[in-house]
Amino acid sequence: MTSLPIDQLIDTQRGLISREIFVSPEFHKEELERLFSRAWLFVGHESQIPKPGDYFVSRMGDESVIMCRDAQSKVHVFLNSCRHRGMKVCRYEQGNTSLFVCPYHSWSYTTDGKLQGVPLYRALYEGTLDRSEWSLIEVPKLRIYKSTVWASWDAEAPDLMTYLGDAVDHLDQVLDCRDGRPGGSEVIGVHKWILPTNWKFAAENFLGDSYHNPSHRSVDMIGIGPSAQRGQRRDNEYAKGQHVWVGFPQGHGMHSVHMPEQFEYQPGYAQYPEVEEYFRHAFYERQRRLGNKARLLPFTGNLFPNTSWHGRQPRALCVWHPHSTTETEAWRFFLVDADAPAVVKDVSRRFYMRYSGPAGMTEQDDMENWLYATQSSKGTIARRYPFNYQMSMGAYKVDDPIPGMVSTQITDQTPRNYYRVYARYLKGESWDSLLGRDLAPLRAAAE
Amino acid sequence: MKKGLAYFELKQEIEEFLYQEADLLDTRKFREWLDLLAEDLVYFMPIRRNVKFGEHDERENTRQGEGISWFDEDKWTVTKRVEQILTGVHYAEEPLSRVTHMVSNVRLLDVKPSMEDPDEVTVGCRFLVFQSRVEYEHYTFIGRRTDVLRRNGDSWLIARRELILEQNVLLAKNLSILF
Ligand code: FES
Ligand SMILES: [Fe+2]
Repeated sequence: MTSLPIDQLIDTQRGLISREIFVSPEFHKEELERLFSRAWLFVGHESQIPKPGDYFVSRMGDESVIMCRDAQSKVHVFLNSCRHRGMKVCRYEQGNTSLFVCPYHSWSYTTDGKLQGVPLYRALYEGTLDRSEWSLIEVPKLRIYKSTVWASWDAEAPDLMTYLGDAVDHLDQVLDCRDGRPGGSEVIGVHKWILPTNWKFAAENFLGDSYHNPSHRSVDMIGIGPSAQRGQRRDNEYAKGQHVWVGFPQGHGMHSVHMPEQFEYQPGYAQYPEVEEYFRHAFYERQRRLGNKARLLPFTGNLFPNTSWHGRQPRALCVWHPHSTTETEAWRFFLVDADAPAVVKDVSRRFYMRYSGPAGMTEQDDMENWLYATQSSKGTIARRYPFNYQMSMGAYKVDDPIPGMVSTQITDQTPRNYYRVYARYLKGESWDSLLGRDLAPLRAAAE
Repeated sequence: MKKGLAYFELKQEIEEFLYQEADLLDTRKFREWLDLLAEDLVYFMPIRRNVKFGEHDERENTRQGEGISWFDEDKWTVTKRVEQILTGVHYAEEPLSRVTHMVSNVRLLDVKPSMEDPDEVTVGCRFLVFQSRVEYEHYTFIGRRTDVLRRNGDSWLIARRELILEQNVLLAKNLSILF
């Protein structure tokens, strides 16, 4: 059990959350110990390692991992640290190899993680070292879903699909082809950068903090969307839709849009007729394929704990890796349909670059806010005053009109729910509790 | 390239231009700076990757025109960046950062059609950009730069700017300043 007074500091009933969880090193330590060592984390995308021997070095929590496809085409995720004395086995970001040779004393590992070469084995280790026991440390749980690779360090963790629950309906809108075919995305590039902020500010922002929209006034004023209209930073694809803020028992949350039964394509990409034609066609194809399910469109979201998305304009998965209490390494994986025409990919990537990440005109303002919110919460006096999460208390329905705790107004219900789950991880609770299985009676009562 | 008097005269002129250009940015004359950019500007900063020896030419830098770079854009987009700063509510640059652009190691790499009557000059240099922000934030951006300048009356227009930043994981929260 943790010695931190979790319930005192995280009061989701009253909507009060202590700044300690954002600024205290003890929380950082506990998060790594109890949360990042158990939760399912996004590692990468199969399009980054299409061939046997391909690898991509990623991160889980504060550690480097190697995502790699072995000679038999099986995908593995290993801790990027030599079993001998810890040297980082692979310091390239991506490539193809048949062997990972440690630079320090030259132990070498095959792409399925097995220790193969030990210099002077006969003379120095014969009879002592059992090579089969010194493979690279591999995640006990790995699951590939629609080309995305996920892993957990907890052998007891439930299957990824159980972990995602109904939140998968929203993730699908990010991963599926624009015309509704399942999966089919590819990664066209990865941003990596350091931001001096607590990682939870970023996760929370994507969880459905649509309340911060005014902070993006400058980019709305100038207009950087694919139609380049002033007054908006992207095309308005969601006209007439019911915006919904949804939380799930496992801690996931998102801002999506539930369109009316009959809805039409909203013209966008005004500068690029060819691209407009592509998306218009895809839009109606999607409706034809998915029927009623096509009514769900994604905006932003966050899968517990640290995988966020932008669903359409732009389209990316982001992972917020904690370095310390006040430093985060952000990775953003940009997505397109793998079989989209070149012009569609080109217009998309150029929009992504001007919207997202450190050079993105929209997100620069987010980063400024997260940095100074972190910095100015560090003080002794500041820490005595909790953050406010009291917006839209109780204003949600259960499984209406879509699964989950659904609010039709901007709400702190999703972060309240997120931190309820966060507290459970820090208290080391059972998977039944982390999945919110005890919430079923609560949900029945709400109905 | 023959490094006679004409080379050094032209180099002197180009250096002078680059210093003045840097000064416009550092003194926040952003609109005037935009006037130095050609309409068909290419503004490109690749992401640098850690690759095996021998793969650098092929894979170290992301490429212009494909995938994701830090910047791979045109004058319209750079103009939007300036407009955004000038709204006064672009919080990543409000209050404005203090910025100094240093330019050094200037060399003329290509001159067309001739040294005596140049229309287009490719110039290589090193950049050191220092950004100080609000109270304590500061970032240093160092790298190599290749510009293509086009004769414009008695001055020059920047037709292409390629910035090779010496960083892998970006060690700054934002690239909100102009390079
Ligand atoms: S640390 Fe890797 S071989 Fe010694
Ligand atoms: Fe934002």
